[in-house]
Amino acid sequence: MTANIEIRNVSKQFGAMTVLDDLSLSIKAREFVVFLGPSGCGKSTLLRMIAGLETVDGGEIAINGERIDHLPPGKRGIAMVFQSYALYPHMTVRDNMAFGLDNIGVARDVVDARIAEAARILEMPHLLERKPGQLSGGQRQRVAIGRAIVKEPKAFLFDEPLSNLDAALRTRTRIELAQLHQRLQSTMIFVTHDQVEAMTLADRIVVMNNRRIEQIGSPMEIYERPATKFVAGFVGAPAMNFVDVAIDRSGEVITVTFANSTVIATDIASNQVVDGAHTFGVRSEDVRIAPTGQGNVNGKVDVLERLGERTLVYTRLSDGQIVVASDAGNSRVAVGDTVGLAFDGRKSHLFNETGRAWHARRA
Amino acid sequence: MADQLTIRETAAPAAGVRVPSVNIYAPQWRNFVFVAPFLFFFTTLLIFPLFWGMWLSVHKADTFSTGRFVGLDNYVRLFHDKVFLQSVWNTFYFVLLTVPTLALIGLFLALCLNRRTRTAAVLRTLFFSSSVLSVTIVTLIWRIVYIPNVGLLSTIYGWFGATAPAFISDPSLAMIGIAIATIWWCIGLPMMLFLSALQQIPQDIYEAAALDNANRWQTLRSITLPSIKRTFILVIIIQIVLQFQLFGQAWLMTRGGPNNLTKPIVLYIYETAFRRWDLGMGAAASEILFVLILIAAMAQYLVTRNKGDQA
Repeated sequence: MTANIEIRNVSKQFGAMTVLDDLSLSIKAREFVVFLGPSGCGKSTLLRMIAGLETVDGGEIAINGERIDHLPPGKRGIAMVFQSYALYPHMTVRDNMAFGLDNIGVARDVVDARIAEAARILEMPHLLERKPGQLSGGQRQRVAIGRAIVKEPKAFLFDEPLSNLDAALRTRTRIELAQLHQRLQSTMIFVTHDQVEAMTLADRIVVMNNRRIEQIGSPMEIYERPATKFVAGFVGAPAMNFVDVAIDRSGEVITVTFANSTVIATDIASNQVVDGAHTFGVRSEDVRIAPTGQGNVNGKVDVLERLGERTLVYTRLSDGQIVVASDAGNSRVAVGDTVGLAFDGRKSHLFNETGRAWHARRA
Repeated sequence: MADQLTIRETAAPAAGVRVPSVNIYAPQWRNFVFVAPFLFFFTTLLIFPLFWGMWLSVHKADTFSTGRFVGLDNYVRLFHDKVFLQSVWNTFYFVLLTVPTLALIGLFLALCLNRRTRTAAVLRTLFFSSSVLSVTIVTLIWRIVYIPNVGLLSTIYGWFGATAPAFISDPSLAMIGIAIATIWWCIGLPMMLFLSALQQIPQDIYEAAALDNANRWQTLRSITLPSIKRTFILVIIIQIVLQFQLFGQAWLMTRGGPNNLTKPIVLYIYETAFRRWDLGMGAAASEILFVLILIAAMAQYLVTRNKGDQA
């Protein structure tokens, strides 16, 4: 069972404060969609509105063409996994999973069969008679997912379900969630502020900020062609480098001029870009460390982050702006060195003061 | 250079005697001074009288002397005293009338008033306000309610052309009358305990229950009540201990009458020890009350004990 979810012109206010403003989104059946954004951007509120835990102040939500925003949570055919897992503390794992089915009068043998199947999928048959207090965080997480699975919902909603797990378990559970999605072929909506989770799990990412959607796209689309400066800065670790530049649109492609008069040719078509103040954006992997004086600009190394397979070099330009370059894992650069920074103009981006983005021409 | 200096500074004490690391949880005996005043009064006013009471209960004692050792004589006399046995029965009857009612009404009020509205806040205050009154005021109010012919109850019954039940003078209603006044007086504490327990229940398990299609009754039965089970036991134990000590209401409303039917154990103790000055027998009755309260509270605890149920 799976679901198309249609969100049309949805708004939400808490008192005088608007948390979601005229938001529309279409989620296809079997799609894994991640709502990504900083705290307070409204992503959890949107998920809770789909679940029926928050009222919809404007607009409508439909599942498989049928409007559901007036239905109580239990009648919407969805299941949700909470950040805190929200297991019933006084019930065994089995009872936790059976509760929702018992409430709608599902036959005992069907309930038992579904619980057994879910326990098998999640490798937890030995936990069924325990209570949540006797389980570790990771096991509770599995039970919460199991409780969702047994309901055989049209769609699964996940509200930051990995944020209470330690780093190793988070990575493992992430992979298991991806496998679960492949196995169940259900529509899944996942809320997170962790871009790694978003990039690894999503078919499509919905980047949200400040009450609205900034961009909807596949993970690589979002990474390579961010619609706004916010998306460019929010997705990717480290964040995209931003340097204030002057632009020249006289040629076929834009050339940018740095504060030290260095000129770099980009691959961004001139006819698209409008006048005004601009920021040049380039990801750290598109900035190469060069010998002093041989790059586009020089920078003084402030901090080194050795990540094993690569080294992030945080440099400060003469005008104080910070640029992060990605160097080899065994980089010889040391803190305090002055290095040259060579920008790959073909992979650069341009943003104006409203945050609008322009990218290199598509190949 | 700076690094070397730091190393030498920190390494210096290690070269000589090993300096023990500070255990911040180690007991600091000088802090005992802060507890001492409490301990002094606890010992002199509670522990000492407890044992003195036990000692008195096996002695023939009156106001002027603590006479001779009589063994269990006082206890034997008690169990042959019909008034005492009546008072034990009365006390149990009163506890049976009040404790379950207090727990259930307290829970009901807490469930109704567990919301963030102004009305709920006002009503919470109102229901709790009776708890701050002294027993004298409470009994005065309820005597006015119960007074035949002119009392509030009689007036209300009068509107319908009926006669109000004689809560103070009718032998079968007198204890119920005292119980009603007591419930009105004591309802604040159970309500507040239940309210605080209800507010401890995480909101998200209610949300999970809503997604699990639970209706109001299923939510109450499967989520709310199991979540406040510990508080329910606590309320029952507190109320058992409190209501076993019934004295003021019975003394001020009925003086134990009619025909000793509302005389509780504490009133019996008071009359025996301080009106008939038979301190030994009064002490023996006190010990029996002590044991009764202990058994009742322990039984309640043991019956409803948490069997490996963890949050």
